[in-house]
Amino acid sequence: MSILGLSILSLARFQFAMTTVFHFFFVPFSIGLGFVVAIMETNYVIQKKDIYKKMSQFWGKIFLLSFAVGVVTGIIQEFQFGMNWSQYSRFMGDIFGAPLAIEALAAFFLESTFIGLWMFTWDRFKPVWHCLFIWLTSIGSMLSAVWILAANSFMQDPVGYALKTVNGNTKAVMVSFADVVKNPQLWLELPHVLFGAFLTAAFVIAGSSAWRILKGKNIEFWRKSIKISLIVGLVAAIGVTAVGDQQTQYIIKNQPMKFAATEGLYKTTGDHASWAIVEGMDNKDHKVTWSIEIPYVLSMLSYHKPSGAVTGANPLNKQLHKQYDKKFGKNMNYFVPMHTLFYSFRIMAVSAGVFALLAILGLYWNRKKSDQIVRYRWFLYILGLSLWLPFIANTAGWFVTELGRYPWVVYGLLTIADAVSPHVTVGSLLFSNIIYFLLFAGMGAVMIVLSHRVLVAGPDADLQSGYGVNDEDKQDTDESVDPYAKGAFNHE
Amino acid sequence: MSSLQFVWFLLIGLLFAIFFFLEGFDFGVGMSVNTLANNESERNALVRSIGPHWDGNEVYLITAGGAMFASFGAWYASLFSGFYVMFLLVLVALIMRGVSFEFRNEMRTDFWRRFWEWSLTISSLAAPFLLGMIFTDMVKGMPIDAQGDVIGHFTDYVNWFSIVGGVAVALLCYLHGLNFVRLKTEGTLRERARAWGKILYPVLFAGEVVFAILVYVYTDFFTKKPISTLLILAAIVLLSVLAYVATLKDWEVTSFISGGLTLPAVVMLLFVGLFPRVMVANNAANSILIKNASSSAYTLNLMTWIALCILPFVLAYQIWSYWVFYKRIKAN
Repeated sequence: MSILGLSILSLARFQFAMTTVFHFFFVPFSIGLGFVVAIMETNYVIQKKDIYKKMSQFWGKIFLLSFAVGVVTGIIQEFQFGMNWSQYSRFMGDIFGAPLAIEALAAFFLESTFIGLWMFTWDRFKPVWHCLFIWLTSIGSMLSAVWILAANSFMQDPVGYALKTVNGNTKAVMVSFADVVKNPQLWLELPHVLFGAFLTAAFVIAGSSAWRILKGKNIEFWRKSIKISLIVGLVAAIGVTAVGDQQTQYIIKNQPMKFAATEGLYKTTGDHASWAIVEGMDNKDHKVTWSIEIPYVLSMLSYHKPSGAVTGANPLNKQLHKQYDKKFGKNMNYFVPMHTLFYSFRIMAVSAGVFALLAILGLYWNRKKSDQIVRYRWFLYILGLSLWLPFIANTAGWFVTELGRYPWVVYGLLTIADAVSPHVTVGSLLFSNIIYFLLFAGMGAVMIVLSHRVLVAGPDADLQSGYGVNDEDKQDTDESVDPYAKGAFNHE
Repeated sequence: MSSLQFVWFLLIGLLFAIFFFLEGFDFGVGMSVNTLANNESERNALVRSIGPHWDGNEVYLITAGGAMFASFGAWYASLFSGFYVMFLLVLVALIMRGVSFEFRNEMRTDFWRRFWEWSLTISSLAAPFLLGMIFTDMVKGMPIDAQGDVIGHFTDYVNWFSIVGGVAVALLCYLHGLNFVRLKTEGTLRERARAWGKILYPVLFAGEVVFAILVYVYTDFFTKKPISTLLILAAIVLLSVLAYVATLKDWEVTSFISGGLTLPAVVMLLFVGLFPRVMVANNAANSILIKNASSSAYTLNLMTWIALCILPFVLAYQIWSYWVFYKRIKAN
């Protein structure tokens, strides 16, 4: 059954991609921003300088906006497995449900409760206690990453399970929770995602601040913001690269097809493998048509030495057929989307380099005694533009991770085609795709407009976080410039 | 059925019960934003009263969903895929609601501020209404095939029973919200909430009678478990009568607690009726049973320990957070 040539499977896949990609614009941004705001508020607690309080309130405001969208788009994910992927849920509930439930128990309660306390109690608790609230929120959001990535890591590299057949249906059951948590894939994925999150917040803060410096107001505030964020950004750029290197070593062994795709290899290389910067591929005949290569680099990247062959997709395809044909039949296609992986990987890797470079230059020119950063307007423009790059890099990273698992939803155990809900109609899937698309377009637009508005208003605007604040509550804050508090919009 | 399976069935019921008790009043307050408040300042006060809490309350729904996935994967799969469009609409409501709080606060023109306030009100009404429909349909019985997939038609989802169920849950939430407003605010809002309660409780009583009759017509509750069904129905009525009396006498805490407990009582009615099934099929042979739908004993055991270790902390800091914001809020 299909409408406009669309099948349940293609629509469900498209929906999953759309909802997770949109969700994951806000997740790393919130995780990173919570962390950076916590650092800013800690500075306030230690140094007692008012500018740090202003800083945490100002960036905190954007954090709250992003958090709200992150939360609501996250609920979709939890329902989606049951709605669109019921066969997956039946197969995986035993293993996948546990980390999801733990995520809610250990992380969501923590962050939702303490973000509520944090946003409404600026003037009610001693700074040190108030600062604890943002740390607990931040820790909560990172714990959430631990558990959701534990679930994802199982899908990439199943461990600690057994297959059991009940009433003719096979399902995976957990044998060792410790193994699921100790999954080496998790302990590479987690730091990679967290560093990516820190990078996202760091460059959104630095980039936004750069635009504001170009406008010439509150220079000290923006420069201090750049300093804190780029320190975080530099550490994260180095971290993300180092962990990425470790991940490379891991997937060469565990998901060689994914690795071959990220390097655009159809044929196995010679002993001194060269690295393709760009290349053209013929995905039908499974061959590389042209390429620009640097000798030895691929061997270096893969094995940290100038020699060592890397297996290509064609021999891997044969190998996978040999391994799985008995169970899944001869008609499986084991080639992952080569083009997408090849370029996604390059976008991600190059971004990390750009971030590191920008962070070093930015920190150097932003030294206390120098005003170079204010004078080098070209650099501010580049830094300003870089605020969009983390979102692209994060998405590219997930393309590599998730598309590189094709055709599996759980590697080697369950194919994507077998995971989808069999009786959801194409019509309702089309409907939900359209609804989500419209919602996301609307929310994305509002988010950009509001964040921009907060930025333009600058740190001197009213920063009382917490909505629906009464005039009475506001008496504590010195000068309120909220037009609502002054009744500017009250109609007689 | 093992005792662990029974415990998890109970626990999921408990999570939904807590969810409806807590999020119930903030759904109600959300609806009140455009039905009870007369001006900006009152709307501010209402939003402020649930501001620090609604997100934490909603996590109970997410936890219930996650716990269902972890402990009864087959139930989770059938329920969520079987009620696809309705869950989609629930999601739309929860999404619009969640961003309304934050977006409303940032709007500069009256038009957009009112836009997000209406979005808050409508989504706060839609979410409990739709969840009420889903739960009543679930116990009524759906066409379920041997694989556990629901293959329903429009009337399987939308029928008198589910509409009344949806209205009943939404009305209970609205009244619960009014009682919360009476506890948390001062002045005209508090008085108006009470006046509305006096009018709406009699409407609720009529609704409860209709609901009880429909339970008799549409479900097997009375034939399979007559005594417990009657007892719980009686408890629901008694609790709402008590809430009504307390509204008349102006006992605010009593009306909040007894009115609020009607929601967990409804959840209890549905879960007792459901037992020992998790999904009721029109063809009894295809009903999904607790004993078949659950995860392995290993996972259930693990989850029990984890829940036992974490939940006390969660409850402690949530109660503390309510304590921090115990002060009444005044609109001027």
